[in-house]
Amino acid sequence: MASDQARMLEFAKSEPAWPRPPLWSMGLGLAVAAFLLAYPFVFTSPFSHHLVILILLYALMAQSWNVVAGLSGQISLGHAIFFGIGAYSSTVLFVKYGITPWIGLVVGIVLSALAAVAIGVPTLRLRGHYFAIATLLIGSSVQIIVQRWDWVGAASGLYIPIDRTSPWLYLQFHTSKIPYYYLALGATVAGYGLVWLLRRSRFGFRLQALRDEPDAAASLGIAIARHKVLAFMISAAMMSVAGTFYAQYVLVLDPERLLSSEISIIVLLMTVLGGSGTLWGPALGAAILIPLSEYSRIWFGGTGRTIDLIIYGVLILAVCMWRPSGILSLFEEGIRRRKGGAT
Amino acid sequence: MSRDLIMQAVVSGLLMGLIYALVAVGLSLIFGLMEIVNFAHGEFLMLAMFAAFWLWSLGGLDPLVSLPLVAAMLAAAGALVHLGIIRHLLNAPMLAQVCGTFGLAVALRAGAQFLWTPDFRTITNPWIAGRVHVGPLFIGQPQLVAGAICLLAFVALWLFVTRTETGLGLQATAQDRQAAAVMGIPTERMSALGWAIGLGCVGVAGTMLSTFYYIFPDVGVNFALLAFVAVALGGFGSILGSLVAGVLIGLVESLGGLLIDPSYKTVIVFALYLAVVIARPNGLFGRF
Repeated sequence: MASDQARMLEFAKSEPAWPRPPLWSMGLGLAVAAFLLAYPFVFTSPFSHHLVILILLYALMAQSWNVVAGLSGQISLGHAIFFGIGAYSSTVLFVKYGITPWIGLVVGIVLSALAAVAIGVPTLRLRGHYFAIATLLIGSSVQIIVQRWDWVGAASGLYIPIDRTSPWLYLQFHTSKIPYYYLALGATVAGYGLVWLLRRSRFGFRLQALRDEPDAAASLGIAIARHKVLAFMISAAMMSVAGTFYAQYVLVLDPERLLSSEISIIVLLMTVLGGSGTLWGPALGAAILIPLSEYSRIWFGGTGRTIDLIIYGVLILAVCMWRPSGILSLFEEGIRRRKGGAT
Repeated sequence: MSRDLIMQAVVSGLLMGLIYALVAVGLSLIFGLMEIVNFAHGEFLMLAMFAAFWLWSLGGLDPLVSLPLVAAMLAAAGALVHLGIIRHLLNAPMLAQVCGTFGLAVALRAGAQFLWTPDFRTITNPWIAGRVHVGPLFIGQPQLVAGAICLLAFVALWLFVTRTETGLGLQATAQDRQAAAVMGIPTERMSALGWAIGLGCVGVAGTMLSTFYYIFPDVGVNFALLAFVAVALGGFGSILGSLVAGVLIGLVESLGGLLIDPSYKTVIVFALYLAVVIARPNGLFGRF
């Protein structure tokens, strides 16, 4: 028993904190980076830009959800709130006061972090299903309230007036989608970089510890509540950034869509499909589900909207039943097996 | 605010509450048996309403006639869902369980919208229509009959669970699965039975609801949210708790809508949930 523990400790210490990634993964990373940078000039149709802009934004949103669920183990079903805060902050400031969305972006981040504290402090200590249901109900309540709040346009929402004077200042690009593409790419890369660092930080390890063994983590002196609230704040801020960019991209603020529980559910489906708790799972999930819904809308016309949801639902059900760790784990298993065979 | 108006709100809240309670008790029963929250519960309510609708519009059956049929269909669906899906999720992490039933909900709702379009439908001219006057109160007859049948179903369920051997087996399984298995109770079959009963209750509630409520693919969403609240208030797994909580929610919703603002009536109920789970994380009555 004791020698077992000693051996495990030895093993844990021998593992480098910053492992050098294997050559193939660096190569793959460089190839993906080069592809993403060159993409808008290789594929030039507006639709191909639109598709990847959506994938990037949803990848960021799913990653935001993953910070709470994958790292700290709490299932939030109300993440649309933070998406909405980001979208509303920048839009309301611009429409009412003419303030640039860049400031709105920062205001959105601050407001959603504050909202995350307000929601998280009382609810994050609820276990399992109680937290999930609480966030689901808070999410629908926020939608109901915003839909009746005249100052922010109530149920009909707000339109962002077109301004052609200074595209970069007002974040509106009317001649090409390429600037939006790079903005979305930048935001998503920044978000993934943040999570990459987070996962390797002391804070990230503590989060994973309290996700896996809450009692053990607490007995080692990790302040569970504070860690979970902080993770919730980081996640909310990321979601808010995606909300601001999305609002600037579509230039319409529609509470029916922006705050619907559908957004909260889709980020969950993407993350679980790809692999929750992993760094690349959310991106993989977004890269599978967004083309699915965009192409089904093209192929099946008006009713496509429900066909994609039928496929989403069945796909996620199948993943949960047979591969609860997500699609990404299939690749990892394959690599591990090949490695095992080689040695 | 006149006293009559308040009495009127109390009566309609009470009748609606009985339907909420019957929807909630199925959720509660399933959770009590296997610690799984059925996030597709509202979608099964929607399916029950559509089943009643199609039996009426294509088969000419009044909802009162099709009631046992729809309940049996939903009960069969419950057993199938357990055997085909839930059984495989039991040992999965909680995230997979939540996503699994959520995936089912998304697929069912989208499937209904694909097959039957998002239109609102109603059953016109059911056998029971109109309203009765009791003193100064007007009570819709469909609501009155629906409330009465839901209450009857509740009594039958309660008698079954507390007075029959199978019912006791169900309770034993919910209390301690392993110990129940050791005593020779077929726990696996009890789980399937729990799903059948749980969705059978939804079948009864949905059929009765279809006599006076709009029928459309998203109809279940709000009922499911209210059922979550009811189950949390009554305590996951408690049958009588669901009844009390369902009725309480009906009352809070209708009085809150009257006294504060009708458009915020559900928000008031959700706030009640938050207040209760934060103060008493095991619900008002604990488990059975």
